[in-house]
Amino acid sequence: MSFLAYPRPDGSFGVRNYVGIIPTVACAGDVAHWISNQIRSSVAFLHQQGCCQTKSDLELVTRTLISLGRNPNLASVLLVSLGCESISVDQVAEGISQSGKPVEKVVIQKIGGVNPALAEGSRLARQLVVEASALRRSKVEESELRIGIKCGASDTTSGLASNPAIGGAVDLLIEKGGGAVFGETTESIGAEHILAQRAVSPEVGRRILEIVDRMEKRAMAMGTDMRGGQPTKGNIAGGLTTIEEKSLGAIAKGGTKPIQAVYEYGESPQGKGLFIMDSPGREPEALTALAAAGAQVILFSTGLGAPQGFPFVPVIKITANPITYQHLPDHIDLCIDITSGAGHSLRKASQTIYEEVLKTASGKKTMAETTGYFTATDIYTTGPVI
Amino acid sequence: MRLEAVVLNARDNVATAVANLGKGAKVELRAGEKTFTVELKAPISLGHKFSLHHIDNGSAIIQYGEVIGIATKSIKPEEHVHVHNVVSIRGRGNLSKEEV
Repeated sequence: MSFLAYPRPDGSFGVRNYVGIIPTVACAGDVAHWISNQIRSSVAFLHQQGCCQTKSDLELVTRTLISLGRNPNLASVLLVSLGCESISVDQVAEGISQSGKPVEKVVIQKIGGVNPALAEGSRLARQLVVEASALRRSKVEESELRIGIKCGASDTTSGLASNPAIGGAVDLLIEKGGGAVFGETTESIGAEHILAQRAVSPEVGRRILEIVDRMEKRAMAMGTDMRGGQPTKGNIAGGLTTIEEKSLGAIAKGGTKPIQAVYEYGESPQGKGLFIMDSPGREPEALTALAAAGAQVILFSTGLGAPQGFPFVPVIKITANPITYQHLPDHIDLCIDITSGAGHSLRKASQTIYEEVLKTASGKKTMAETTGYFTATDIYTTGPVI
Repeated sequence: MRLEAVVLNARDNVATAVANLGKGAKVELRAGEKTFTVELKAPISLGHKFSLHHIDNGSAIIQYGEVIGIATKSIKPEEHVHVHNVVSIRGRGNLSKEEV
């Protein structure tokens, strides 16, 4: 099977064709947001970082902004800088333009304030949109797809149906030569030994155990034991017996293929197959990790019905809870049912999800794209704000 | 036909109820290519598990095709499988991290 996508100079393929408006610091966020409101087909990625942070967090934010800018769904990028922030706008611009896509910048303090920056930024964004609009989709093999995988607002149906069904769709894509990335390091606690067994090498297996241990220690340093008390009383009442079972339900969405590599938050994975990116489970930071990892489409499993998408990556929301689907139709793109009909319904559900990925990649809009529900985004950091 | 319980992987020795099921209920199941019917020895609530065949004390409980814990007593076929007869091998809320 194939899909329709926009060819990019670095050989990747975008499933959307936006001009990305990216502030380098929280203080430039409003101007970026206003430009994106002003110029159609431009879209802003908003965040709260970029200044007064530890050196390692500033490096993390810099590489994340570069990786986001390089996401194939962006035809070009306009960076909005305040001027005095710790992040170097030129370093971010240089990093993105290495992919060959056009990058422009506007610096608020240099140009004379908020209103001149809005005027100049809108002018630049307008030019970029006109240029991007001349691009056309062409037929591309499914091996050119990389999908991100996430679950949130989960319930019993997530681990039993929607996660395993998504896992089956991930397996299908990887069999066709495509790629997939998942994060949510916290979710694999208790089943990290099983993930590690799926690593392509002992070194990758060691890295999986390392990122889980590191995440636990960070929480422990703040007095939170993430392993203790798992599964919770409520989980046990609901039928979950062990922490392995709970975590397996979560990681089932990653399918069963070998894990090729483990990446730090904000890095750009290379190659095909299944990857892990170290990231927390919370949506604003977790979805950003997947977009930074170059995912063109994200599959999001939800039992209770999370509402959000991501500014420039379509997020396909999938539930196996029919009540949620009926009650929250503008949160959910696909409702799957593994309990009805004859034959192998889990496999059928995976096939349905896979086909939805290709349709969405070719241009079909997700609910979150139609509602425009994607401004609560952020970048994960590990240190204090100074 | 509507399934009332699911077997997530053909290797599993437990099934999970997707509806509240009474004692003696005849439940149709599908494991991989195979379809079969079992009769429950106990009521099983939605989200809870029951055994598909005899499981020895100390043997692995398999779900998602992976080990989710170890039986702490001999488990008969179609019996409720939960915290009363299974223990985690990774970590448990009622044990400190050092003990597991």
